[in-house]
Amino acid sequence: MTDVTLAGAFTAQESAAIRGDFAILSRTVRGGKPLVYLDSGATSHKPRQVLDAERAFYEEHNSAVHRGAHQLAEEATDAFESARETIAHFIGAPAREVVFTKNATEALNLVAYAISNAAAPGAMDGVDPVLAARFALGKGDEIVITEMEHHANLVPWQELARRSGATLRWIGITDDGRLNLDDLDTVITDRTKIVAFTHVSNVLGTINPVAAIVERARAVGALTVMDACQSVPHLAVDVVDLGVDFLAFSGHKMLGPMGIGVLWGRYELLAAMPPFLTGGSMIEVVRMEGTTYAAPPQRFEAGVPMAAQAVGLAAACDYLTALGMPRVTAHERSLTEALLAGLAQRPWVRVIGPTDGDDHSGAVAFVVDGVHPHDVGQILDDAGIAVRVGHHCAWPLHRRMNVTATTRASFAAYNTLSEVEALLTALDRVPAVFGVAI
Amino acid sequence: MDLYQEIILDHSKRPHHAGLREPFNAQVHHINPTCGDEVTLRVQLRGEGRSAVVADLSYEALGCAISTASTSVLADEVTGHSVEDALTTLAAMRRMLTSKGSDSGDEDEIGDGVAFAGVSRYPARVKCALLGWAAFTDALAQAGVDISTPPTSSPIASTITEIP
Repeated sequence: MTDVTLAGAFTAQESAAIRGDFAILSRTVRGGKPLVYLDSGATSHKPRQVLDAERAFYEEHNSAVHRGAHQLAEEATDAFESARETIAHFIGAPAREVVFTKNATEALNLVAYAISNAAAPGAMDGVDPVLAARFALGKGDEIVITEMEHHANLVPWQELARRSGATLRWIGITDDGRLNLDDLDTVITDRTKIVAFTHVSNVLGTINPVAAIVERARAVGALTVMDACQSVPHLAVDVVDLGVDFLAFSGHKMLGPMGIGVLWGRYELLAAMPPFLTGGSMIEVVRMEGTTYAAPPQRFEAGVPMAAQAVGLAAACDYLTALGMPRVTAHERSLTEALLAGLAQRPWVRVIGPTDGDDHSGAVAFVVDGVHPHDVGQILDDAGIAVRVGHHCAWPLHRRMNVTATTRASFAAYNTLSEVEALLTALDRVPAVFGVAI
Repeated sequence: MDLYQEIILDHSKRPHHAGLREPFNAQVHHINPTCGDEVTLRVQLRGEGRSAVVADLSYEALGCAISTASTSVLADEVTGHSVEDALTTLAAMRRMLTSKGSDSGDEDEIGDGVAFAGVSRYPARVKCALLGWAAFTDALAQAGVDISTPPTSSPIASTITEIP
């Protein structure tokens, strides 16, 4: 975990320099208003360094990687594989444990479908039986998720339960938007084969107590799968420290390109898993009668991979590393606390989720009772402020918190305190427009 | 901003014809999956086919000001009118909402619906404004009305398309 006490928020000068790297931040919207982008939880903007890296790849090295023997093919393959090393290093993993996918959703589906595929006759031949047993899922077995999950880490497990006959169970949420660990030992049991949970809630910003969940999952021998989409961009993440078995995140939420996600997995687990998507690149030997598969990570990367996006994502990791993840965390925490303090002064606003900065990363969800979040978002948009409204792909979470939808402000390193002020000022128009008593 | 006309705010705070009533020929439940807005809507028809009269349109709406108000206007505009007229109103409403600001609407055709002209400049909100209307069309179909052909009196009779 990051020690934010040693790091400080970015100075005004540093912030200005960071913002200078993001051309889009200088544009105006809705009739000349400066853009105030508070929707990085949905997707972040990309600095010039990332765009330059992608452009340089296309202009200088473009070729299909892992194919051909010409010079460009070599260069493209080198660029792709060195990007893998950079990205792996960013999360404290060896490169061979990093699999590229089109996004985090695909990464999570990859694990779910590999487990399904493991049930096929002969799929686990040659795998150590103890290891193979961890992937065997059927009637009587249980998959545990949480009520806080983004649909990407929820629907794939519902579907896996449906296909396999296993039962889906979940850890509930407390009224203040934290996981309810009181019944951890009754939800995660000897029947549990998989525990899938998010590191940070994409709606509430809650940072979950990973160690307690992992400890319990390990005690019962369950595989752990973590959705790290909202943590890798904002907190220093080290897969060894976390102790999970699989971890998924997307590139586009961490200043990287769209179209690339990452599945990290322990090598011995990846090596035991059958493939999800099949085709070129992922093979060892192909005969008309059958095919053997390449070792990970190639086994899970069928088809020509997204080399330019991998290069761009590596540039994003370099960019974040240069900023310093502890400082990114500290900066975003200062924004989160400023927003929470501002909202606390407005009794007509109700924060959904943790109301302080502790274990709270980069996102604040709120409602104005009596006004639908879409209408709140529209008033903010009119002032040039981009926030997310709706259920943020976490419908069960909203149902649990007794709201149909929320307005969510989410931060990245390029946001500033004056943008938090702009949000609060624009929010003050809401009661007047919709006749809410204040 | 021009989106939240007083008429829209009035309808959203005090929606007309709201509540679910008996009897009804068909009931539908529509959801906007991007925001979770929901409407449950019932229609009661008197008569047969497209000349039948919408005797009652009752509903329970859970949503933003735009979708709630639009469903309220829908109820005002179609209750007591023939299905044929209701489909004409729907076509005019949809034409305005999908015009990206070029069609300000005709009050004779859509009544208070003209207040929603500003919505057409916000593509993300067009779905909100059409939620109740789409549910109504579905309810008519489920009540056995043939809605496959455009209303004869519609000036754009040939261009009715799926709701975006």
